[in-house]
This record gives sequence, C-alpha cells and structure tokens, in this order.
Amino acid sequence: MGIGKIARRTFLGVLAVGAGVTAFGYWQYRRPYDNPLDEGLGDGEATFNPFVKIASDGTMTVITPRAEMGQGVQTTLAALVAEELDVRLDQLKVEHGPPSAAYYNEAMLAEGAPFPMFEESFLAEFQRGAMTFVSKFLGLQVTGGSSSTIDAFGKMREAGCAARHALVAAAAERWSVDGATLQTGEGRVTNPSNGESLSYGDLAVAAASAEVPRDMVSRPRSGWKILGRPAERVDLHDKGTGGRIFGIDVELPDMLHATVRMSPRFGVGAETVDMTAALAMPSVRDVVPVDSTTGSGFAVIAETTWDAFKGAEALDIAWGQAPYPADDAAITAALETAIDQDPATALMDKGDATGAIDAAPAAEVLEARYQVPYLAHACMEPMNATARFRDGKLEIWTGTQAPGIVAIAAARQLGIDAEDVTVNVTHLGGGFGRRGEIGYPVYAAEVANHDTYRPAALGQFRAKLREGAAAEAVEMKIAAPSIMKSVIARTFPDMSAMGPDKTLTDGAFNQPVMIENHLVSGHEADIAIPVGFWLAMMGDDPRLDPARGVLRKVAEMSDWGAAMPQGTGKGVAHVVSFGTWTAMVVQVDARGGDIVIEKVWCAADPGEVLDPRIFTDQISSAAIYGFSSAMGQELTFVEGEVQQGNFWDYSFMNGAQCPEFEVAFLETAKHMGGAGEVGTPPAIPALANAIYAATGERLREMPFTRKVTFSNA
Amino acid sequence: MKLTVNGTERELEVSDDMPLLWALRDVLDVKGPKFGCGVAACGACTVLIDGEPVRSCSLPAVDVWGPVTTIEGIGEGETLHRVQQAWMEHQVPQCGYCQSGQILAAVALLETTPQPNDEDIDAAMTNLCRCGTYPKIRAAIKSAAKMEA
Repeated sequence: MGIGKIARRTFLGVLAVGAGVTAFGYWQYRRPYDNPLDEGLGDGEATFNPFVKIASDGTMTVITPRAEMGQGVQTTLAALVAEELDVRLDQLKVEHGPPSAAYYNEAMLAEGAPFPMFEESFLAEFQRGAMTFVSKFLGLQVTGGSSSTIDAFGKMREAGCAARHALVAAAAERWSVDGATLQTGEGRVTNPSNGESLSYGDLAVAAASAEVPRDMVSRPRSGWKILGRPAERVDLHDKGTGGRIFGIDVELPDMLHATVRMSPRFGVGAETVDMTAALAMPSVRDVVPVDSTTGSGFAVIAETTWDAFKGAEALDIAWGQAPYPADDAAITAALETAIDQDPATALMDKGDATGAIDAAPAAEVLEARYQVPYLAHACMEPMNATARFRDGKLEIWTGTQAPGIVAIAAARQLGIDAEDVTVNVTHLGGGFGRRGEIGYPVYAAEVANHDTYRPAALGQFRAKLREGAAAEAVEMKIAAPSIMKSVIARTFPDMSAMGPDKTLTDGAFNQPVMIENHLVSGHEADIAIPVGFWLAMMGDDPRLDPARGVLRKVAEMSDWGAAMPQGTGKGVAHVVSFGTWTAMVVQVDARGGDIVIEKVWCAADPGEVLDPRIFTDQISSAAIYGFSSAMGQELTFVEGEVQQGNFWDYSFMNGAQCPEFEVAFLETAKHMGGAGEVGTPPAIPALANAIYAATGERLREMPFTRKVTFSNA
Repeated sequence: MKLTVNGTERELEVSDDMPLLWALRDVLDVKGPKFGCGVAACGACTVLIDGEPVRSCSLPAVDVWGPVTTIEGIGEGETLHRVQQAWMEHQVPQCGYCQSGQILAAVALLETTPQPNDEDIDAAMTNLCRCGTYPKIRAAIKSAAKMEA
C-alpha cells in the first residue's frame, strides 16, 4: 500500500519507485499546455507551472481549478500542493484561477469509459486511455463525477514538488552549495550547516529559471504533514462571516439586474408576446428576447432584481406546444415502449440470462419493476451570472462547473471568439451537476432559466433465485432518455455523440457481482437482500475484496442481524459508487405510523483518503441528497410543463428529519475513488430495504411517498 | 425611508412592495442575506429584526419595525460571535450559501433559549441546507451554548 498506489491513469509519466514513493517526471520537459499564469505576471512574481505562483513579497498563490460547491475540493487540492511545496496550508492564497486547457479533468472522462472500474482488460484500459486523450484534446476543465481529487492527486503534488525543487536549486546556486544538503519547511529554504535561510519569496524570481532535477520524488505517505488528516477548510472564514464569494454577490459599477422568463416547454419558444405592461414600468429598462441551445424566452432588464422580477411577471406570453411526450402518462408509456424494444446498449452481457430465466420454474423467478421520476437539482443559490461586454470583449462572473465550455458557448451566442471571453469562477451555492450546464451564463451574455433534469427511468428486472443460494441469472432492462445526447446537443451542437452511452445503465452494469448469466441492457435499483446474500453474489474474485471489506465493516458497525423491535428495521445496500466501494445500512422506526430515519452507517473504501473530515462529510451529505429524493421529490408534467416551481412543492430533508451518521473508511482499494456523490446511490435502496424490514412494504417506485409517509420530526 | 442596518442608519428609496432582502442586497449592497426561494421556505435570507429571526425575502422593507442585523453585524470588530466561533470549530459550512441564515437563526435561538435541547433545536432551526450540514449545525449550537455569552 502507501503512495505507490496512486490514482490510476491520472498522471502520464508517473513512475512508482519501490513501495511508498512516487517519482515525478520533469514538468518543463513534457509541459502539456501553455501556462495560463504566464500572462499577467506582476513585477517580482514568478510562476512555476499552471498551479503555483510566488511573489517576492512572499505571497504564495495556488490555483485550484475546480469548482468549490461545498465538497471541500479547493482545500484538498491546495493541501496536495502544500504538502509537496513544504508550506503550511494557511500560508497559501487559494484561487480558482482562469479557465484554461491546462486544467482539463482527465479522471472524469476516464471514468466515463463504458467498463466497470475493476475491469482491467486491455480493451478497458485502451478505451479509458482514449477517453483521456479526448478530454485532453478538448481541454475540458470540468468539475463533476466525483473525479476532482482523483484527477489532482498526481498533478497537484507534482506542481508543488517541482516548485520546491526549483526554489532549492535557486538557494543552492546563491549559496554555492549542493542542493541536496538543504532543507525546506514553512515556505523557507534553510542550510542546516550554518543556519542561513531564505524565504520562498526571496528566491522566487531566480527559481523560475533554475535547473531542476529530471526525476523528482514525492513525499511518502509516512512523511505527510498535511494530507491524511483533517485540514481547516480554506473558505471557512468567508462562509461563516457572510463573505461575498458567490456569483450572486458580484457587484460591478453601474450594474443592472435582469431575470429571464424562459419557455416552460423545452425546445419551443413564444408564439406571441406582449411586452407593453413590462416596458411601461419605470424601473424596467428593456426586454430582450433570448434564444439559445438551452432554451428561448425573454430577459427583463431593470434597476434592481425585484424590479426585474415584477417586469417578468408582467410579460404576457403564449408559449408553443411541447414537441415531446407532454405529461406523466405519456412519459411512462414512452419508457414502457422503449423497454420492450431492442436495447441501445448491453454493457454487461454474460452467459444467457434471458434463456436461463425463461427456462426456470416459476417459483424460482423473481420479477420486479422499478420506476424513478424526473428530478431537479434544486441548488440553494438560484442560477445566476454577471456579464460585461465592452470593446468586443466579454467578461463573465459565475459559479460554474465547466468554465471553458461556458466561454465557448457564450462566444458562440454573441458571435465573437472564445479568446475574447474571460470567465471568473466564483464559489457555488450548490452545484450537483446543475452548474455544469451553460444556459444561465449564456443568457447573461445575451443581456447581459430553467433546470435540466435527472431523467425518469423504468427498470424491468428478472432473476433466477433459489432460497439460500446466489442468483444464477439476472436480467436488468433499463429504459431512460439519454443524458449524453441531451447534454451534447445543448453544449456542443455540432458534435455527434460517440461510442456506447454508459449513462443509460451506469451503476447497474458495472457492479461488483459475479453472476453466471448476467445481462444489463440499456433501454436503477438494487435488490433488497441481506448482507450475506451480497457476499455470496460476489463469488471469490479477489478484485472484489474491497466490496467484501466494506460490507463486513458496515455489518459490524451496525450490529447487523441483531434482533430489532417490531415496526423498526435495518436495510443494506452496496455499490461501487464513483469509483469508491461503498456499503450502507439505514435504520428506520415506523412505530409511530410515519417513517423516521434514525441512523445511518456507511463504510466506504476509496483507496486513499486525503482529508478524513471532508470525506466523511461528503458521504453524509450525499446520503441526505438521496433520502431527499425518496422523501417526496418528483417533477410532474402537464402539457409539457413541469408543475413544480420552488421549495414548497419540491423540498428536501430538513434538520429535524436528519438521521445520525456513522461513517468509516477503509483504504485497501487499488485505485483512488471519488467522494462527492458516493453516498447517494446506496442511500435509496438501503432506505427501501429498511422500510421493508420495518413494515413489510416493498417500495419500487420513487418517490417512496407514493406509498409511505415520513415523519416531519 | 430609513433603516437601521448593523447599527448604522441608512437612507434609501424603494417601492412599497420591495422585500427587505432586495433593499439590503441591491440598494444597500449588504450581501450577507442570500436569495434562495423568495417565498420564506428556505431561510437563506434570514436576518434579525429587533433580535427576532425574519425571512427578509417576504417582508416589505417599508414594514420593518426595528433595527436590522445581518451576518455582517453580529461580530464585534475582528471578534466573531460565539455562534460563528462554534461554526468554525465544527467546520459547519460546506457550500456555505445557507449559512448566514443558519447562523442568525442560531443566534436568535440562543438568545431565547440559552441551553437548547434537541427538540428546541429542531423547532427553531427550520432553515434548509441542501448540503445536509444539519448534524454539524446541531453540534455547533450545543458548543456555542457552552461558551460565555
């Protein structure tokens, strides 16, 4: 173990040398992209790579080019640099930095490849490599898929390590001594033989052109001073004092405020509009049509946000008809039709699942239908962006998970070059993928919204099961609209999607079970069965050791199998979730009639945990996100329009409903897994299984409030 | 009209229906109170009026009956309010967007109930947090209750 187990694939040219040490390649030598920090360097400032900038006044800036939406990513990314640069985390100034191809997210696209992550066949590795190539080619700087830390683990440490070597080399030259005899710590280089020392600031300019060794060796895990323990979040003070750090807090001189009324039906605009009443309002400056790949409608520009809201309300608009199934019954019918047709993908197809189940005696066949509705991301901070267009150049301030794509889309909208667009990324008041979409900054560019949804899906599952034995055949058919096609049409309208669409059956085909006859076809869910059953389903493949490890751990933590009072129950679920092996147990009490979610235990194995507090916080956050969807979230459609509009009809778990959490992590997995979204997939089936144990009610349709009620505590 | 915000009297001109939230944010440039839902459902816009927690998105500015305190006004100079100190100790904020409102709701709770139990916290802390920081909020309130006021 140890650090030799570095995030797979994240780092071209990395060499594991012996146990516990990583050698880094020579940055300048293979420097993949121009350093965006070269531009705009001030006097006395030096940059060593796209992640580190040091000024002669001692200011040390680290670029953490991932969106901070509460997951603590900027803290952990800065800690990776601090560890190797040999400075305290609080000595660093942490900035998101400019969008640049140099900050592309390799890990996210690598995990987008259509293979289970434990599949290491040549084809799987080849395909992951190809996806990596694509991401680098496009220079996609994206925060999503719980991939940021995996992506950063090699490169951010390398950035700190390379800068430290350069600073030591500069000191060695100034003192005419051998660099190997020098020491670093807290932002200084010291010569232990005579006690002389220089700050990194003193050395920065000389260091920028210093010769550094071709092979640099990272700190072994045993030598870590910052990583592997809880760090103080770098944004803690701002977030506890009302700091102006969100997109919505941006204030520019002479700024106007606008709001949009977008078509409530996707793909159609207004048939008629009467702006007279809005334009007659003294505080309304203008009403502007907005037409983009993400929607069409009107923006109302006014002195204040409130005035813009009132103006938007005063617009009299007749919208066109929806060009798609217009209500819930039609959506369900479309899914039912799709599930009986030939599959679009079959990323798991082993043996003959359909044949084995068809031939099995009826008593051995378990058949179940699962259904999930459309969901909204429901961020606390409404989508917003600030834009300034002058002298042919556009500057945007916004909380986005995809700044490079925002620049491209905004440029396309205004008919200017992407190079003439600057995107300043603020903190995000929630993201969850919603802020990977481009609509809101594009609308801001146009003057200056509506959500895209997690699609509904239908699952038709059959299994051949005998009492006390592992399943011999499992057939899972899943029907859902393609997320990839929808995202690409909005974001890159000129591009056609390539390869099999993994998103249709992601989380289903790539799970740690070994079944003789196993078919997962894409045309969600887990089966409610005890811990022992899942262990049986994993066969004896050693690649699944971490899955067994987390199941055994969570069983021990939750005292699984202990007798419980009538009307209470525990449920378990396990999943490889965003690269992390995860098992969760939920305990509910239904004795009062309403369901109370009392306690959650989770064991997760992401291979390596860089910040235990942030990691465990993320597990509980994501589980709460999952519970919220089970506790009533649902978008319904009438005449092509979503009926839900705000937190009163689309709410989420509140403080009084929130269970106690106990989270443990293991660090045995070979590859580093994600943290941000890991807790969501197991939360829902574990809850369903707990409710079944407590009440006998089997829940296969989301939200669960169709059949049960939850206590408001 | 006049509003006392964080101890300073401010003069402003707003329409009769403009909510206090937008008067603070867009007219007076006080950005601590956040816009979440606009219908008093989430509590991100919570401020104190005469010490009482109020959802400023749904109260016209002209109807404000006393001095307004926002997150910017609860500390004393560089010294943070004990609730803020407890928030830091437990590293409560994640995305942070709801936390100004959460902190003010907790400040108000401790004024009326210096030693709140779990039921008191459940009843008073109805602000929503999409990151689910609720267990840390509960722990931080209990820590703050132990500190000297």
